[in-house]
Amino acid sequence: MRFASEFREGRLAQGLIAKIERSSHTPVNFMEFCGSHTVAIFRYGIRQVLPKTVTTLSGPGCPICVTANIDLDKAIALARSPNVITASFGDVLRVPGSYTSLQAVRAEGADVRVIYSAMDAIKIAKDNPHKQVVLLGIGFETTAPTIASSILQAEEEDLTNFLVLSWHKLSPPAMQALLNSGEVALDGLICPGHVSVITGSQAWEFIARDYQIPCVVSGFEPLDILQCIDMLVTQVEEGEARVEIAYSRGVQRGGNMVAQQLMNKVFEPCPAEWRGMGTIPASGLKLREEYSRFDAEQVFDIDPGPTREPKGCICGDVLRGVSTPLECPLFGKTCTPENPVGACMVSSEGSCFTYYLCGGKND
Amino acid sequence: MTDAILLAHGSGGKLAHQLIEETILSDISNPLLARMDDSAVIDFGGRLAFTTDSYVVNPIFFPGGDIGKLAVCGTTNDLAMSGADPAYLSLAFIIEEGFPLSDLKRVLRSIRDASCEAGVQIITGDTKVVNRGCADKLYINTAGIGKIPPGVGISGANIVPGDKIILSGPIGDHGIAIMSKREGLRFTTRLVSDCAPLSGMVAEMIATGADIHALRDPTRGGLATTLNELSKQSQVKIEIVEELIPVRDEVLGACEMLGFDPLYVANEGKLVAFVSPRDARQVLDAMRRHPYGAEAQVIGEVEEAATPSVVMKTVLGASRLIDMLVGDLLPRIC
Amino acid sequence: MCVAIPALIESIDGHLAEVEIGGITRQANLQLCPQAKVGDYVIIHTGYAINILDQEEARETLKLLEAITRLAVEEEG
Repeated sequence: MRFASEFREGRLAQGLIAKIERSSHTPVNFMEFCGSHTVAIFRYGIRQVLPKTVTTLSGPGCPICVTANIDLDKAIALARSPNVITASFGDVLRVPGSYTSLQAVRAEGADVRVIYSAMDAIKIAKDNPHKQVVLLGIGFETTAPTIASSILQAEEEDLTNFLVLSWHKLSPPAMQALLNSGEVALDGLICPGHVSVITGSQAWEFIARDYQIPCVVSGFEPLDILQCIDMLVTQVEEGEARVEIAYSRGVQRGGNMVAQQLMNKVFEPCPAEWRGMGTIPASGLKLREEYSRFDAEQVFDIDPGPTREPKGCICGDVLRGVSTPLECPLFGKTCTPENPVGACMVSSEGSCFTYYLCGGKND
Repeated sequence: MTDAILLAHGSGGKLAHQLIEETILSDISNPLLARMDDSAVIDFGGRLAFTTDSYVVNPIFFPGGDIGKLAVCGTTNDLAMSGADPAYLSLAFIIEEGFPLSDLKRVLRSIRDASCEAGVQIITGDTKVVNRGCADKLYINTAGIGKIPPGVGISGANIVPGDKIILSGPIGDHGIAIMSKREGLRFTTRLVSDCAPLSGMVAEMIATGADIHALRDPTRGGLATTLNELSKQSQVKIEIVEELIPVRDEVLGACEMLGFDPLYVANEGKLVAFVSPRDARQVLDAMRRHPYGAEAQVIGEVEEAATPSVVMKTVLGASRLIDMLVGDLLPRIC
Repeated sequence: MCVAIPALIESIDGHLAEVEIGGITRQANLQLCPQAKVGDYVIIHTGYAINILDQEEARETLKLLEAITRLAVEEEG
């Protein structure tokens, strides 16, 4: 039993779809916060099989898409510095900053390496003692503890050439800022499954309590997402608003305490700039003072140059759920996956990329 | 648009196609080249198929093969995809200074064995050596020619609505086998590359007398990219069914781990055939009788359409548009 | 926002484990999941185990989905 393919079974999916069709009467708008949910929804064609009463909306939960240009520009400036090896998760390479991308500066000769794990960056640091290795710390609460663990490992092994540029962000504050803006009317939230493995479903309780919005934590297989939508529909029809878990094999209310402790040991919350959402208080993570020797922001004097945003790009509106990619004047014309203008078209989880691949072409 | 060559220009996906169409074909063009089939078909009083490929795989020795075997199979397969009987190859080496002689001998033995199996002779060649650091160990170029039997008309432009699509076996083996040896990804697997010469199987498929319209081997960019190329060449809609596409558990596991889609992972010993519906069964049977087609499956069919597209029916019964590979296959975390 | 998948722990050496997913084996870091043991399924994200998968809950969920499907078939028939 692999605990993956069983949750893709077509026959069980048909059962869930039939149940949703029977129970859904009220038109509802559910948001999937997480970019990986957007990908899964499009990959399996979930929108096509849901009744007309249920619509889903993509949220800002794509760490690549929400990384602001100033942060990308800093990484690019560092990558160009002599003696620096930049270790990056693959998703980041093609994202355009104000002027260029890591992929392009690699073609110019910068030492930029794709890693799969923070452990790979530690190995690169050990293999290259005379270079500074900068790990681009991207991701939400799922990834931040892994980066924290690598910093603690670097401390234990006395590595002096391992640094992290922290772009980590926290999900609940972003969701709260979105709800406070009043720009989108939501009837339910499909909560991110792997973020919740770390934080626990408790992280979303304030949304049910203070905003009266049903929340269900979902996994990423088609049966998980359909079960989540079924549970949200049931809550709406019964006039309830609480937090439930549709990914019970992975998520508990309290989350992973060890991971939370490691994350809090190394990082502390700070204000962070989110593309399209401005600066949100206590929504980012920075390294604590006692770990400042691993903090690339502290160790390097980074001058990224003036930031600029691409003209006409409405990535910000797309991330907040205010516009769909189809409403962007650049979508499918000057902004395509091969020649992206904005982050939402580059990231394999970005709404625009997903729409483009799955037929939202605007010819 | 970039002004330097990026790695993605070589991945077989969209940027690679753009490079060919916008940069290369704008300077070098003629009707034979413009057809963009896997090999060019020339009439010398009898038709000849002619093709070339360069091989830069890293690592050069991998589970299931090496750069030598690839250099023979890749080029003879391109000839076979035009229905040709591969006959002769040229062989050119670019070798980095310092490359061990024992490794070169190992590659040569692979070339000898693969040529023997494919039934081709290497009749001309060249060797160059460049300074250390100016090439990555060994690069090989092979060009091949083969005769096309009279009456055989196989081309990516001949696909028509109603054609059945037959895939010769599980996808993704080669790409994942290579990746398992790449620095930085390091996973162990029993998977080996599917690198194989397919001309024998193709000859048996043709010998059934079936109406085969097109053949293609989905290499870099994977099955998805190949189907997109073909849908454009013939201006048709291609519909495949996800549950019918064979993929080994190990490939699925590695793809899930790295965030890849098996549809975009390279193959080196598979083909996809477009066959008239009344002959599909006999072609499928012929393929299954051959060792390289034992797991062949019908995976979809061709439909009429105003604009060419490739669509896949998912496990939920919904339809999803499948595009070419964009960029390079990079492992993703999110 | 997270590609993470279930894998079976085959062996443990300190804080590293050999894990298996569909025939592929790879090293995983157990620092975030120190209580994991050989024979457990863990959820792996970028090479780190982020939680032990609750196999009993997985079975219960599938049972629930089977019940939903049976009901749907009855209601249709």
